[in-house]
Amino acid sequence: MNSSTIGRISALLLRYFFLLRSSWPRLLEIAYWPTVQMIIWGFTSVHFSNSSPELTAGGILISAVLVWDSLFRSHISYTLSFLEEMWSRNLANLFVSPLRPWELILSLATVSMIRTLIGMVPAALLAIPFFGVSVFELGLPLLGFFLNLVFTGWAISQAVTGILLRYGLGAESLTWMLPFLLAPFSCIYYPLETLPGWMQTIAQYLSTTYVFEGMRALILHDEWKPDLLWKAFFLNGIYFILGLGVFCLAFRSARNRGLLLQSGE
Amino acid sequence: MIKPDSLLEVDRLSKRFRSKWAVNELSFSLSPGSIMGLLGGNGAGKTTTLSMLLGLLEPTSGSIRLFGHDFVKNRHTVLHRMNFCSPYVDLPQRLTVRENLRVFARLYGVDNSSARIEELTADFRLLELMDQPIRRLSSGQKTRVSLAKALINQPEFLLLDEPTASLSPDVSQWIRQRLRDYRDQTGASILFASHDMREVELLCDEVVMMSHGRLIEQGSPQDLQDRHQRGSLEEVFLALNEQGGGA
Repeated sequence: MNSSTIGRISALLLRYFFLLRSSWPRLLEIAYWPTVQMIIWGFTSVHFSNSSPELTAGGILISAVLVWDSLFRSHISYTLSFLEEMWSRNLANLFVSPLRPWELILSLATVSMIRTLIGMVPAALLAIPFFGVSVFELGLPLLGFFLNLVFTGWAISQAVTGILLRYGLGAESLTWMLPFLLAPFSCIYYPLETLPGWMQTIAQYLSTTYVFEGMRALILHDEWKPDLLWKAFFLNGIYFILGLGVFCLAFRSARNRGLLLQSGE
Repeated sequence: MIKPDSLLEVDRLSKRFRSKWAVNELSFSLSPGSIMGLLGGNGAGKTTTLSMLLGLLEPTSGSIRLFGHDFVKNRHTVLHRMNFCSPYVDLPQRLTVRENLRVFARLYGVDNSSARIEELTADFRLLELMDQPIRRLSSGQKTRVSLAKALINQPEFLLLDEPTASLSPDVSQWIRQRLRDYRDQTGASILFASHDMREVELLCDEVVMMSHGRLIEQGSPQDLQDRHQRGSLEEVFLALNEQGGGA
């Protein structure tokens, strides 16, 4: 990576930093949703711990909520940063500059990682005094779970931003819809065997399933299963390439149809 | 006709959207240090041409050579030497003028960006606006900021899409003067898409007239008026359109 590339990526990071600095609701929102989620599920967990302690053993519910949210946050942070360019009709300014599409992707991923950490770390820290649950006790595997879900989030984001480029802001609702499409198959709060056969088949092709199966094994049975994590990384590699492919095809199509100059509200 | 010393050479450039040719076999060249107007009515193909020259739109056929490079295949080798301004493309609205200029200076890899921003602040009378978010500026102020952004990297080739659209005559005149000054000081080339014939007449050394995606006439404003024995570019344009079936 040469100095020009670093300069252009840092330019976009500076742009998103200025944006956040200019709007305290945007800044607050980053940490707001994960914290609210954690509190709601925390009390749900407290309630269940009295009637069905096996459901909440080791803080499994809160940990699952926090870890799942890292996928959602990473995806939303990536896609919203891209949407900011569409809303402000600034995409053409970016694409006529020396910025290359892959530099834009790298910038969006970096911003996404920063925003995800700003959102998740306070929620995870607050869970310790509030509910006595520390996801950090998962140790190094937590980093593996977190990175996997962030990668899944980015893979979805690449496909969604590609679709936004090609179909415009009419496709904006996909930003919120797509991650939730994965949720029922991802076995976030229940083991894989809970799903009916056909859903289990789909779930086996999802990286998220292996992350949550691995996390449950670690929390409930104190059993570390690295093979599940590697399967998740492998599947994420495939998703990432597919997402990148969708973005590249959509970018090409948008350039062919003259949509880059018109993108915006 | 392609000149050997041209900065920009457009050869049989065409763009088809479904069955419609938005630009059809367009050829022209632009010499270093000249200001060229791309003139035409609505739907003439000006913005489509400009989009292809900016790399935002893939041509269906034809070639663009810019600074001696094949722009269609290798646009990233020359994008840092050009820039663009259009009232139809905004700068990030929540960012202040200063923040926008800082971001774009970094994006274009401008050395000593603080000095360059100071220079542009003075040139475009932006001092009092520097800490204002773009969304609070008037159209005229926004245009001044967009032009400052377009000149941030001291481009050798500047593309403008109707930069004075919806501006008052005094602001338009002021902007035209700034563009002329910039060309005189730096020797940059400017390509200017407009349907304002009077403006093109005042600013441009050369004019390319388009209708229905085709080049219908080319030359200096005075040459065109003499050739067609008309008193203004507008009359030339209207006469050509009458002959060719209207714009």
